Amino acid sequence: MTQLALVIDLNVCVGCHACVTSCKEWNTSGWAGPMSDFHPYDADPTGTFFNRVQTYEVGEFPNTETVHFPKSCLHCEEPPCVPVCPTGASYKREDNGVVLVDYDKCIGCKYCSWACPYGMRELDEKQKVMKKCTLCIDRITDQSLPETERKPACVLACPTSARLFGDVHDPDSEVSVAIREQGGYQLMPEWGTAPANHYLPRRKTRIRIHEDELVRADNPLDKEAIELPDEQGETLDDVAW
Amino acid sequence: MHPAFSVIFLTTLIGAGQGLFLALITGQVYSLANLLAPQDNVRFYAFGSVLALILLVAGLLASFFHLGHPERAWRSAARWRTSWLSREVIVLPLFMALVAAYGLIHYQGWTQPLFSIKGVVDIDASLIAGVLAALLAFALYVCTAMIYASLKFLQEWHSPLTVVNFTLFGLASGFTLAAAFSAWIGVDLVGFYGAWAVAFTLMAAVTRLASLYRNARIKHKSTLQTAIGMRHTTVRQKAQGFMGGAFNTREFFHGRGDGTLKLIRYVFVLLVFIVPVILLGVAWYIHSSWLPLLAFGAQYLGLLCERYFFFTEARHPQNLYYQSMY
Repeated sequence: MTQLALVIDLNVCVGCHACVTSCKEWNTSGWAGPMSDFHPYDADPTGTFFNRVQTYEVGEFPNTETVHFPKSCLHCEEPPCVPVCPTGASYKREDNGVVLVDYDKCIGCKYCSWACPYGMRELDEKQKVMKKCTLCIDRITDQSLPETERKPACVLACPTSARLFGDVHDPDSEVSVAIREQGGYQLMPEWGTAPANHYLPRRKTRIRIHEDELVRADNPLDKEAIELPDEQGETLDDVAW
Repeated sequence: MHPAFSVIFLTTLIGAGQGLFLALITGQVYSLANLLAPQDNVRFYAFGSVLALILLVAGLLASFFHLGHPERAWRSAARWRTSWLSREVIVLPLFMALVAAYGLIHYQGWTQPLFSIKGVVDIDASLIAGVLAALLAFALYVCTAMIYASLKFLQEWHSPLTVVNFTLFGLASGFTLAAAFSAWIGVDLVGFYGAWAVAFTLMAAVTRLASLYRNARIKHKSTLQTAIGMRHTTVRQKAQGFMGGAFNTREFFHGRGDGTLKLIRYVFVLLVFIVPVILLGVAWYIHSSWLPLLAFGAQYLGLLCERYFFFTEARHPQNLYYQSMY
């Protein structure tokens, strides 16, 4: 079975919000739209978004790190939001594992948003139905697009390629390899929701260099300085062959 | 969680309606067993059923205000296999229909025994409808409470105490209302219903105080560290991704201060448990016709506060992503 998902590399994300704006642009004008806004240029702006980038500071100054944290539906393999839906409007696609909402069936009772521990679902205040990230389902399943463009808008927009997209059930896919080899993890694993989306942690690349790697031990210029353990004369090392 | 008044009214009104119906059928069963004097069909059972129905219809109407698309509410019966909300949506109208049938049978006087068990217990149509409706009343308590109790990461709700509390609160308010109804129409059942109401109220006090105790000491499984996956004792949020509000900051935060919540808690403990017991006791002593009504009014007002507090108690793990809202 296929399970499409995003893998977000927190080591690479610079927090530019390009994924947020491209998501809004694509989805507000497409199948999942409109994603209505209220007072967008006023004092208290609000609106529907499928994707947000948050920023956290980890550690105490001066040993701090800034972590930009993109947050969207994780397309859980055990989605707690789906079974609670009384109408069946909330469902998980059999063929690719994307969790979607049927806007024509949704009654706007908000129960699914209570049932999502991550708070990834939003009620659209204009359409009065529950909305969430669709992984750009209208885009990734569009056979008329070239293969390279059949990706979510956020993935295509990311300037640092912090977002990978693919099938996490295929062990050889780019995303599976990244999760496996770079320590991909899930959010709130304690609830057993098995999120399909994974995050790659912050990682440091360090080279370990020992002292003797900086100083050449057998430097012939230092020959006189080297004290041999005992008077043994020339060793085999000193013989020029 | 943000307390939604539509849901507060729904759960308290139908809870009292179910309780009142259960009080009526209890009375009928007692009189069948010759433990109580039989009551007038129309004046007591039929009007009592109408009163219960009014509460149930009012609760149902309130629930529609919670929906974004009330005109599609009929669809919500679809997923009864997995959703407690769907189950509630099925059981509530069934229960209402049976209460209406029960009231109609008594109103029309179709209470001739259909058959009798061993020639001692006479079974009539009202008893069959009533017992079936009573079973549904209990099923409805379970459905309503399980909507909350089944959400495992809302740890304050995810407890058998939630189901017990919803049931006992419904029974307590329903039997108090039955006592008030009896006192008002001058039926000599105030002592009987009042005693049951006091018993249920005291039981509810024990279980609700137990859940208050549990929730005050609850240890949440999720932390900001598990929410974003950073292993560090110090994690501070610097930006939540937007500057104005969002659904996430409106739906899951109650926005009330600790002082207000404390006040609400004291008020509901006083109005739900203490005042009705005293009023019912005094009413029974002085044979008052209106004091039980006052007891029900106080208890219902208290239950509104209780349900409000029930919502504010629950801390949704998604709130971890919005640290500045605390």
